[in-house]
Amino acid sequence: MKKLIEVEHLRKYFRIKLGTLKYGSIQAVEDVSFFIYVGETLGIVGESGCGKTTMGRTLLRLYNPTSGRIVYDGTPIYDSEKKISVPMLPYRKKMQIIFQDPSASLDPRMTVGEIVGEALSVHRPDLKGKEYRERINEMLDTVGLNSEHANRFPHEFSGGQQQRVGIARALAVEPEFIVCDEPISALDVSIQSQVVNMLEDLQQEKHLTYLFIAHDISVVRHISNRIGVMYLGQMVELAESYELCSQPMHPYTKSLLSAVPLPDPQKTRAKKRLILEGDVPSPLNPPTGCRFHTRCPYATEECSQRAPVWKEYAPGHFAACHALEGK
Amino acid sequence: MKNNEKFLEVRDLRVSFFTHAGEVKAVDGISYDLGEHEVMGIVGESGSGKSVEAYSIIGLLQNPGRVIGGSVKFMGEDVLAYSEEQKREFRGNKVSMIFQNPMTCLNPVYTIGNQLMEALLCHNKDVTRKAAYDRAVEMLELVGINNARKRMKQYPHEFSGGMRQRAMIAMALICSPKLLIADEPTTALDVTIQAQILELMKDIQRKTGMSIIFITHNLGVVAEICDRVSVMYAGHIVEQGNVNDIFYRPKHPYTEGLLRSMPRVDTKERERLIPIEGTPVDLLNPPKGCPFAPRCEKCLKVCLEHKPPFLQVGEDAHGSACWLHVKEMKEAGE
Repeated sequence: MKKLIEVEHLRKYFRIKLGTLKYGSIQAVEDVSFFIYVGETLGIVGESGCGKTTMGRTLLRLYNPTSGRIVYDGTPIYDSEKKISVPMLPYRKKMQIIFQDPSASLDPRMTVGEIVGEALSVHRPDLKGKEYRERINEMLDTVGLNSEHANRFPHEFSGGQQQRVGIARALAVEPEFIVCDEPISALDVSIQSQVVNMLEDLQQEKHLTYLFIAHDISVVRHISNRIGVMYLGQMVELAESYELCSQPMHPYTKSLLSAVPLPDPQKTRAKKRLILEGDVPSPLNPPTGCRFHTRCPYATEECSQRAPVWKEYAPGHFAACHALEGK
Repeated sequence: MKNNEKFLEVRDLRVSFFTHAGEVKAVDGISYDLGEHEVMGIVGESGSGKSVEAYSIIGLLQNPGRVIGGSVKFMGEDVLAYSEEQKREFRGNKVSMIFQNPMTCLNPVYTIGNQLMEALLCHNKDVTRKAAYDRAVEMLELVGINNARKRMKQYPHEFSGGMRQRAMIAMALICSPKLLIADEPTTALDVTIQAQILELMKDIQRKTGMSIIFITHNLGVVAEICDRVSVMYAGHIVEQGNVNDIFYRPKHPYTEGLLRSMPRVDTKERERLIPIEGTPVDLLNPPKGCPFAPRCEKCLKVCLEHKPPFLQVGEDAHGSACWLHVKEMKEAGE
């Protein structure tokens, strides 16, 4: 299978002010490597603050990476070693993003037609007048809205419909790759499945590739071909979805899976839980060695000293853990 | 409490918000009973009235919201008829509440210890400061906060999200209430922290034997912690029963739809989700008949015209409000 995106040793640090003349850096994404095949959905799960959104945005170069290498469809679009940093404008047409909170990401003073059409006027200047309007209507139609909606403002829509507008906006320039950044977490339970199904249909129809970011592993498992698990800025495990959920290798993935309550009273009460102690440490000064060692039930001396290596332990099943290295 | 009196009895409770755009019937005639030591889950989407219902029990309803009908009896006493003085007495000592977002509920300029002690000192006039301090430390230890004495001196911003929610729970339980209302206590938390908090709540419930009303939209959490479940939609309870009946033998099309539409981690194959079509109800212009009718795939003619009656559909007070049950009963009778 062809790889659409390759990411190697991607880092993103944010410089923050700690006091007068005192600065620190938040290591939001620390040494992440992975690739995405053409036409697949790669899911990314992790708790809040683990850097999943930052990673998605850095990948699109909405944030400039601190270091690393990003390759899109064979061409490097960023490489800190070779000092490559291509202008992104032509790539914006190919790579798009759907944001988490539709009520915050849609401009309240623009009509839905203007929102969907804005990207078109930049990337498709050849479309004029009637053609332009038709294209907008076609886009609204694809996401289950109709042409009447083009003249309304975002506040006139429900949460689910607003998210549909966000999706229409991303689709307008006919991208190949979409980063879906928690597209359904702001929606009601009964609306979530509508949007998930629509994203799946659009992928089939338009041969899209998704990077699907969410904190809810049940949703990610449903939509993704492969899943990557992040903890405190690092990728700890990556595997095919079913394999990841049935045979997790990393202790963090195990605890994450065991913490999810199932909508099945007998099963969920019978489930053995691996409850983690404490909270996620601050990314301002992350723990030494393996970043998970402060909460890991199996941590040893070694874990606190040396960072584990990101390795392929089974075909297509990557993880980073000392306990696995020994085996 | 006499034997024939129920612990908590809510009858035909109606709450409306009188807004500029018109009357919003947030809670439109709901009834249920809660027994002692019972954990009742109230599930529903945003705007279904689940929080408003709880707020009106504890008397925290704010303008323009008003209780316009029905009764709430707690151990035989009519809670809605209480004076302000009696309400203060009732809150804290008998009923207590945990809110969704602990950061907005804790006062940022007082220490955690101060806020914990305040709760106790306000409600019990004969407690000394020393005794209140000891009790606060004891509560923090109960909810699993280490170094409790040091933590007493800290401010809310020095606590992490999970710890703040633990502190909120400690504060709610410091006067040993008989009923705890938990309004989405784990929604703002991460799954691993959610698991910690649920474990803690189950543990405390076993130890103290208090009743809990657990409000949430997460069916997984309900399956985990509740004995009984009420499913709410647009201000109505559409189905009610024990947790096994609701999850394994749902009768109302909305409950069925909700359960079907959820992705799960424990299935083998990648199945397509079956969503509930349509959009949530606009409470300013609610449908004339059954509120769920416009989205219901089994909708009958009568559903659009008249509200369905709440009927007994199974053992153990399993009830559901749907015209289909009336139809089934008629067919069975013939």
